This record gives sequence, C-alpha cells and structure tokens, in this order.
Amino acid sequence: MVARFFRPRNRTAPAAIWLPGLLVVAATFIPAWYLARRSTERGWDPWARALENSAAPLMTRSLTLALVVAVASVLVAVPAAWLTTRAALPGRRGWAVLMAAPLAIPSYIMAMTVVDFLGPRGTLQGWLEPLGVERLPEIYGFWGSAFTLTAASFPYVYLVLRAAFATADVSEEEASRSLGAGPLRTFFRVVLPGMVPAIAAGVLLVVLYTLSDFGAVSTLNYDTFTRSIFVEYQTSFDRTGAAVLGAMLALVAAAILAAELTVRGRMGRRASRRQSLMRPVPLGRWKWPAAGFLALIALLSLGLPLGVLGYWLVKGLQANANFPEIGSAARHSVTMAIGGAIITVLLALPVAILAARYTSPLGALMEQAAYLTHALPGVVVALALVFFGISYARDLYQTTWMLLLAYVILFLPNALSALRASLLRQPRRLEDAGASLGRSPLRVLASVTIPLARPGMASAGLLVFLTVMKELPATLLLSPPGYDTLPGLVWSRSTDALYAGAALPALVLVGLAAIPVALLSWRGDLGSLES
Amino acid sequence: MDRSNPEPLTCDGVEVRFGSLRAVDGANLAVAAGEIVALLGRSGSGKTTLLRAIAGFERATAGEIRIGGRLAESPTTSIPAHRRSVGLVFQEYALFPHQTVEANIAYGLGRGSAARVEELIRTGQLEGLAGRYPHQLSGGQQQRVALLRSLAPRPRVLLLDEPFSNLDAGLRVAMREDVATILRAESMTAVLVTHDRADAMAIADRIAVMEAGKVIEFATPRDLYFQPTNWAAAGYGGEAQFLSATASGGTAETPLGMVTLANAFEGRCQVLVRPEWIMPAPGVAVHVSARRFEGAHSRLTLAAPDGTPIAMTIASTAPQAFEDHFCVAVRQPVPAYLPAG
Repeated sequence: MVARFFRPRNRTAPAAIWLPGLLVVAATFIPAWYLARRSTERGWDPWARALENSAAPLMTRSLTLALVVAVASVLVAVPAAWLTTRAALPGRRGWAVLMAAPLAIPSYIMAMTVVDFLGPRGTLQGWLEPLGVERLPEIYGFWGSAFTLTAASFPYVYLVLRAAFATADVSEEEASRSLGAGPLRTFFRVVLPGMVPAIAAGVLLVVLYTLSDFGAVSTLNYDTFTRSIFVEYQTSFDRTGAAVLGAMLALVAAAILAAELTVRGRMGRRASRRQSLMRPVPLGRWKWPAAGFLALIALLSLGLPLGVLGYWLVKGLQANANFPEIGSAARHSVTMAIGGAIITVLLALPVAILAARYTSPLGALMEQAAYLTHALPGVVVALALVFFGISYARDLYQTTWMLLLAYVILFLPNALSALRASLLRQPRRLEDAGASLGRSPLRVLASVTIPLARPGMASAGLLVFLTVMKELPATLLLSPPGYDTLPGLVWSRSTDALYAGAALPALVLVGLAAIPVALLSWRGDLGSLES
Repeated sequence: MDRSNPEPLTCDGVEVRFGSLRAVDGANLAVAAGEIVALLGRSGSGKTTLLRAIAGFERATAGEIRIGGRLAESPTTSIPAHRRSVGLVFQEYALFPHQTVEANIAYGLGRGSAARVEELIRTGQLEGLAGRYPHQLSGGQQQRVALLRSLAPRPRVLLLDEPFSNLDAGLRVAMREDVATILRAESMTAVLVTHDRADAMAIADRIAVMEAGKVIEFATPRDLYFQPTNWAAAGYGGEAQFLSATASGGTAETPLGMVTLANAFEGRCQVLVRPEWIMPAPGVAVHVSARRFEGAHSRLTLAAPDGTPIAMTIASTAPQAFEDHFCVAVRQPVPAYLPAG
C-alpha cells in the first residue's frame, strides 16, 4: 500500500507525446499573445484612456451581474441537486435530465424568448392586458440579463453539486444522525458545509460563464465588457480600443479561473471512495412542493424558451414565412461542430496523457497553460484571431479553418478536463501489465490506454460538439462571408427583430444541441459537462 | 559465476527509498532456475515494493538486481520494464477489460501465436471461454487468465503479487494447486508475494521471509518450520514459542525437561518449542491452567513444574485434551538461539 501511495511518476514522456502536446499548447497561446501585442503596440495610452473612461463602470456592471447570477444559480441548484440525488422523489432520474437540459439552449436564444415573453408589449403582457396590467417591470438591462443568464447557467452549478452529493462521504451523515441530530440539523451542520468547496467551484464557474457571455447581454441591451468589445470592434476605425478591453477582460477572467482551479484542487482531496448507498430521504408532505419547485425551474428554463420558439414557428408558418438558408446553415453548423469535436479531442489527447500520466514539470506547466486559456471569452479569442489572421495568416483568414482554430482554442480546456478525468479513472496497473508483457510505452498507449479512454474521448467530443454548436461570438466574427450558420442566422434575424424567422433556426439549433446533452445524460456522464 | 546458465534472478543489497522511508532496505535474494520462491512478510515489510523493483516499476536507490545474469536495476542502470523479460501477475489481475480472454493472453506475443495461446488455454482449462471478456469470468478464471497472459511470452522470471488474496477460502486452496501445477508445467522461475503462511508453504520451494525491508531468512518451508536460523523468522513458519534453556553437548535443559537440539549450541539459550511439538508422553508432569476448544485441536495453557506457562496444541480426540494433570515430552529436535536482548 505504502508503495503505491508514494509511487513516483518521474518517467519522461516519449517525444511522440510531448512534442505534439507542446505544439497544441503553443497554439492555444496565439490569442493571448496577440492580444497582448495588439493592445500595447501604441504604448500604454489606450490602456490609460480605457481605464479613465469606460473600464471601471464596465467592470462594475460585469462583475455585479456575474455575482448576482452566481448567487441565484446556487440558490436554485443546491435544492435541485439535493432533491435529485438524495431525496425519495418520484421520477428522480427524469428530473435530473430536466435540470441539465437547459444546457442545450444558448443564452442568446433564451434572451430572445425572454424579451418576447416578458418584454414590453410581450406575450405575458398581452395575457395580462384584460386584467388591467399596462406595463410589466422593465426586462431590458440588468434584471432581464440576470434572469436569462441564471436560467442558462444554473445547470453548470447543478452538475457540480450533483456530483458532489453523489460522492460525498455518507458515513459523516450517518454519524451525525446516530449522534442524535435530525435530518435538518444534519443537512445544515454536516452536509452543507461539506458542499462548500463544490458550491465555491460552481460559483466561480458561473462567474466565468457570465463574464464571457456575449449573446444574452447584447440581446438585453446590458452594457458589459463583452458587449462593449464587440461594439467597439464593429464601430470604430481604430480597433486598439477593442483589443485593450479584451485584454482587460481576459486578465480579470484569468484571475477568477486561477481561484477556481485552487478551489477545485481542494475539492478533489475531499472526495471519498464510498458511493452513497444511503436510503433516499423520505420527503413526506414536502414531496409536492419539492416537485413543484423543480417543475417551476423546468418551466422557466425550458418551457418558456421552447414555448415561445414553438409559438413563433407556428405564426411564421401561418404567415408562409420561408427559410431558404436553413438547410445550408444547419449543414455548416453540424460540419463545424463535428469537425471541431474530432480535431479538438485528437489535439487534447497528448496533452491529457501528459497531464494524467507523467509528472514532468513541463507537463504540469502545459496543463495549467491549457486551462488558463479557458479564461478567454469567445469574443476575445475571436477578436484576437481576426487581428492575427489579418496580420499573419491572410490565407487562413475568412476560411473555415480559422473558425475551427477558434473552436479548438476555445474548447480545448473542456475536452482536456473530460479526457484527463477518464485517464485518471483508468487503473495504472493495466499499463504496468502491458509493460511487463514486453510492450514499449508507445505500444502500451496505443493498445491499452487509448482504447480504454474511448468513452472519455466520446464524452469530450460530445461536449465540444455542444459548445461549438452554441458558440455565438466566434462564429459571428470568424465565419467566412456567405457561410451561413445556425447561430449566425438566429442572431441576424433576431437583431432585425424578425423573431418568426429566427424560430426555425433556433429550434433546429436547440434540437441539435440537445443530442449531445441527451447522449451524455443517457451515458450517465453529465458530470463531464461541468467543465 | 557460470555464464552459460546464470541464475534467473539475483537481488544484491537492494534498497528502495520513498523520501525518508526505506521500503526495501538491503534485500538479498538468489532464485534458481525453475524454482518457486515465496516472499513472505507482513504488510509494510517491503515485499511488494521489492517485487515492483524487480519488475521495473520502482527504482532501486542502492544495490543491484540481475535478471538472467544481466544487470537490470541499480542506482545508475535501469532497464525499462518492457525489456526485462519479467512477467508480473497483479493482485487485482489487471486484465484488459476491452479484450477477450484470447486477446489478453496473446497481448505479449507476436504474430503467429495462435498455437501458443491455444496451448495455454488448454493448460489453464479455459476451453470455451476464449471469446469471453474479463467481466464475464469468475474470480478463479480471471486469476488463471492473468497467469497465462504473463506466462505467454515465456519470461525469464514470473512475479506474482498476492495472487490469492482476492479469492475466498475454498477457491484459494484450489487455486494454489492450479497455479503450482501451471508454473511447474511451464518450468517457470517464479517469485510470489504473500502474507499468508499457508500459501507460501503450499506452493513454494523456498520461502524468503521479509521484515523491515530485509530478507531475514531464506529457506525451504520445512527448514523454516523445523529449524529457522533466525529466531525472528520462526514466527513466519508457524506459531513460535521460546523457552529459556541451558545447552550442552547436543541437548538442553528446559522447563519441559531435556530436549535434543537441532543445532550446535552451548550455554544459556532460547529454544523454539512450537505448541504442537509438545506431546503427551512419559516425561515431565504438568497441570493445565487454561483450556480452549478449537474444533479439531484444543489449546492448553500448561504450568511447568517450575511454574512457567507454556502453550500446547493437542488433538481434541486425544484423551489428555480434557485432563487436568498429565505428563508431556518434546521428542522433536529443537533449534536454540542466543537469548533475546
């Protein structure tokens, strides 16, 4: 036992692993490097100007929004996660799928439907008009954005917490009960404190998500960093301002990510081996309020957007709207999502193997670096690649390869953490067995490690497919001219307020994004979505 | 050393350190061709670490390991595990879950190995299971597949890490036989790690007792039981009980009377008298101060004439098993040691 515990991992990786790994990680640094260059090539004046003028209010707005969304997400996700893992609730598995399902709905589609339903002269107001309601509370701006982003991002916290509840050490709870503490006291004194690291990780995840969200805040006219970067990029002749704002946002996000990684490291140490086989907690007369709570969440995060989209579609069909580009847009989006998934997973594989199997300082550094690029919001990566393409890669610029490169850079960290987790779950003795049977490290990788990592690769691929499918800013900024995509179509129709025309592409997009979500939850592998 | 037929495995002063902990601390071992050696020791004695160092999964911080006469491991040399020709059967078997029985066994073989795989499947009596996956096999079958897989490439030495610890008691005895039969059928040189004396006795030609990272005794099971050279190793061969004695001229005076010595010794000593070596026989009169019935055997605590408490094991069918006063003698030659401390 002792031997296994202290077992050193100082073997150096074969060049066939670390060389591609190094190249991949280097590629993910293109945006950060180029952003740093572009934002400082006129010296620090643009930084000073940005700091004086817009940076402080933007930062306040972005961070306030992020915090409110995070707190709201936790308040929704804690009971939802507890109810679907520990309580004797009828249809627990079904509820669990419903709680994760909003992941298939991109924030900008959620935002459009929120505007339509809750906005001034919106559907809800129409319903309430006979009751004498002339005006609903303002939906544009802060509260609308907070509501939309909570609906779109609470599933991330839910998944982190669900995993934590499912693997928490049940004997702590049993000890508390045997010492005479009732269920409520046990929950607040033992269970909830045990969840603090998971909650912290979830909060940071949502903060990061909100900071980098572009679609929802733009639709709801709430001025945050991402929206200003986009506006600055589109409207001003000198794009240094956009680069400066992008660099600032990236720095803040990187700081938050660093905090998240620290918290997560601590969480790992808490995880116990013992699976919770505890009898589900009976809810008694609280069963119906609990089910009602979950139903309300599902109604707001799924029912509302899907209902509104369905309503638009019917209205559009009645008005004989036609959707000429929908076929090619769907084809393009699926091609990009599949291509992005395959390329990203293949490129992430050597880095994941390095991270999970070798303890060389280079490997650790590469892993950290790959995760740090996770802090770069889509709009920032897209912007940096636009600059990079114009200056250095004219041949690539405005091709689908550039778009794929953006997806790889953006979603490599997601694929990496899913792959790494699956490699770490693999017993290492299987590889030792391969070596003791006379096979070289590379052949063991090819015949044992990688075949066994296939489920992890599939999860990672599905995850990248989902995120590419939903990605808005990178798709908007880097799609070649005339290359229709589903997010692009939804976006252009909705900015023109052609909601009926946006309904079909939006529904197709949600339907396609639902496929990986359904597959992952069917495989019981939703945990990998949390990355 | 005879170069043409070198010893398949020698360990010379091997040390493996984890930080400040010396898991293996100067272990010596020389295994002869075709021999089955058991590394017997408690958990934490370093036996598994030594095994892993031989296999090439731990680095030696001092000493040398030679395989087939070739230096495989030393502080300055380390042949990678896959080039050592050392097979390792893992405690948890480590079968490849994505491969069939056949593919698992063929893993370490090159092309054209079908005949060898078939032969091994027959040796392991796994006919009809070749197409199954590991999770479709019983524990004993998995064990056999793991063994056959390691045997397939005909390694110079086969290492087995706690091979029977995952099996229940009945299966364990049967598997011991199977493993011994298969190893001998392949004339394999093997080292197996175990903490179970019965496993070691039943299967090994010689037993290496490990304590605190050192091999403190290396002897046949018989010698380990009847005359361990190191008193600390006596407990690994069976239940050890030491009596104070005075030796002279091949015999010793003990609380149980005169006994024959198994080794030459003079003066004050400790002699090993296992509880089952004491027989009801004309000799020294004792009385029973405590009795525990354990089924086939009963365990008695005797008071010797000088009052020394002595443990004795006796068949429950013997008339003396339930008597309070009788006479005992030790007929068995007993080993003598320097008094401890």
